[in-house]
Amino acid sequence: MAEPVLTIRDLRLAFGSRRRQTEVLHGISLHVRASEKVALVGESGSGKSVTARLAMGLLQEAPTTHASGSIRFDGIDAIKGGREIARRRGNRVAMIFQDPTSALNPTFKIRGQFREVLRSGNPAISDADADRQAEAALAEVSIPDPKRALDSYAFQLSGGMNQRVMIAMALANRPALLMADEPGTALDVTVQAQTLKLMHELTEKRGTAVLLISHNLGVVREFADRVYVIYRGRIVEHGTTAQLFHEPRHPYTRALLAAIPKISGGGLPDLPERSPDFENPLIVHEGCGEPAGAIA
Amino acid sequence: MIWKSLLHRIGAALIVMVGISMLIFAIARVMPGDPARIALGPNATAEQVAALRAERHLDAALPVQYWEFLKALSRGDLGKSLYTNRPVTTDIAQFLPATLELCIISAILMVLIGLPLGILSAHFRGRFPDHLGRLIALIAVCTPAFVWGVILQLCFGYFWPIFPIEGRLLDSIPVPQGPTGFYLIDLLVAGNGAGFLDALHHLVLPALALAMSGLGQAARLTRSNMIDVYEKPYVEMARAYGFRPWRIATRYAFRPAFIPTLTILGLEFAAMLGNAFLVEKVFGWPGLSRYGVEVIIRKDLDAIVGTVLIIAAAFLIMNIIVDVLVSIINPRIRLAGGRG
Repeated sequence: MAEPVLTIRDLRLAFGSRRRQTEVLHGISLHVRASEKVALVGESGSGKSVTARLAMGLLQEAPTTHASGSIRFDGIDAIKGGREIARRRGNRVAMIFQDPTSALNPTFKIRGQFREVLRSGNPAISDADADRQAEAALAEVSIPDPKRALDSYAFQLSGGMNQRVMIAMALANRPALLMADEPGTALDVTVQAQTLKLMHELTEKRGTAVLLISHNLGVVREFADRVYVIYRGRIVEHGTTAQLFHEPRHPYTRALLAAIPKISGGGLPDLPERSPDFENPLIVHEGCGEPAGAIA
Repeated sequence: MIWKSLLHRIGAALIVMVGISMLIFAIARVMPGDPARIALGPNATAEQVAALRAERHLDAALPVQYWEFLKALSRGDLGKSLYTNRPVTTDIAQFLPATLELCIISAILMVLIGLPLGILSAHFRGRFPDHLGRLIALIAVCTPAFVWGVILQLCFGYFWPIFPIEGRLLDSIPVPQGPTGFYLIDLLVAGNGAGFLDALHHLVLPALALAMSGLGQAARLTRSNMIDVYEKPYVEMARAYGFRPWRIATRYAFRPAFIPTLTILGLEFAAMLGNAFLVEKVFGWPGLSRYGVEVIIRKDLDAIVGTVLIIAAAFLIMNIIVDVLVSIINPRIRLAGGRG
């Protein structure tokens, strides 16, 4: 089996002052192997986005966050890496955000932002080379007139176009891992589906691993090879997509699956108003254990 | 196009000018006291006073006086000062450049010190540089300009005398004769390098005293706007892509944060023209603000109206410049202007 590109072990995160803290992640462990598509699924507030943000090195700086455990990416620890982590892990990992339009700076043209992204991967790149690469990258995500898109501001493009620009930027530096935090949730369903398909195709072609953060099981089913179900800051079930959808074992996973709206099924099942406390321990399906190399 | 909105703004500014001229014209005349008597002094005879009143149309009805004023204005004549006994336009031409020079240097200090202070504070939010920066900004805002003037004079003119505390130039340097009235420019044009440095030397303390409150305000605004922008997804994205933190602060986050700040800075600059009075007084600066206060005290009608109009015009011009600058750095406004 391929080596893991991302290994998270016993990740704990608390918010608060030094004296009063609330733990929100209670020991998350997961891994993503090279060219694998993994999904992290859970409801709002389950901790899936903070996990991704920690892995990107985006939360560590805040004085009110306290993280422990390890997030290893190519041998670099994102927890101990501190302020410089984003730079040190370089462009080996990229991220796609929820709302593409607000993730692009409103006062710079796409061209400038694209150059900056390419420059973060290759500081010596010339403007002309960067523009050429950007055009090629935009053409690859089927943007009809890349030159014009480069000379536009984000607010002049549609949400779907911006999402494509984001994907092009994310893949421009050939990352080994792409993190996608609910990509396209802010867009309409059709555009969202197109985006995911595009993302799937491109990452498949290049062998890029993907960690998809989502609450949408329908999306996950089509996209991921393997799924982690996260609930209240804990991974409660972990298995291949087929295992999880055909024989969900954890009651929370079953509840999640039952919550997928079906055209034929008469309405949503009755869920308790407050999410129930599922005390069952982690369920790991066969063949989905920790990679041996990651334990050392 | 941008020109269309510019024309629109200039038109609006002209209407405001007409309104201000009527207001100040009326207000100056309803203030108690007889300007002719004040001008001629207590020893003048009643006949002399009456003659002066007649000469200046002071006995006519207000609308008639305003009409006379407009007629003169159309010839570029703002009347004659009762205090200096010279045309008001001559007085303004003499005093305005001194004030403008002071205010422009102040504005430059305000931007060069205030913005970096705000960026630093936001960048080190909640840590020592932030606490220090905020304290400095708060003290700068709350202390009146004339107090700063006196403090600076004491510190850098008395205890540690490295700056002159009065005037625009040393007596040993010949006063430059035109063309702009800005000593810095005129001395440079005249090729007098030593004079230029001396004029700059004289500007430091008064300009700093005048800049302090705007500087503090600029730092506070920049900080809070930067912090707002830091929460935006596009800054998170910049960090996720590993852009250098300092580059994010000075470029990626600063540009959007600067848009609301710039509007306030423009108003701060315009307000300086009025606030300059106390600083000009403290530093013996021969400027328009000081002139304006003196003519108000003497009820020098034509001079009051002329000074107020010039300061109002400067205010409006500043506003238009700021609007244009905002639309240049904010593509959303610029491009929307193109459609509307």
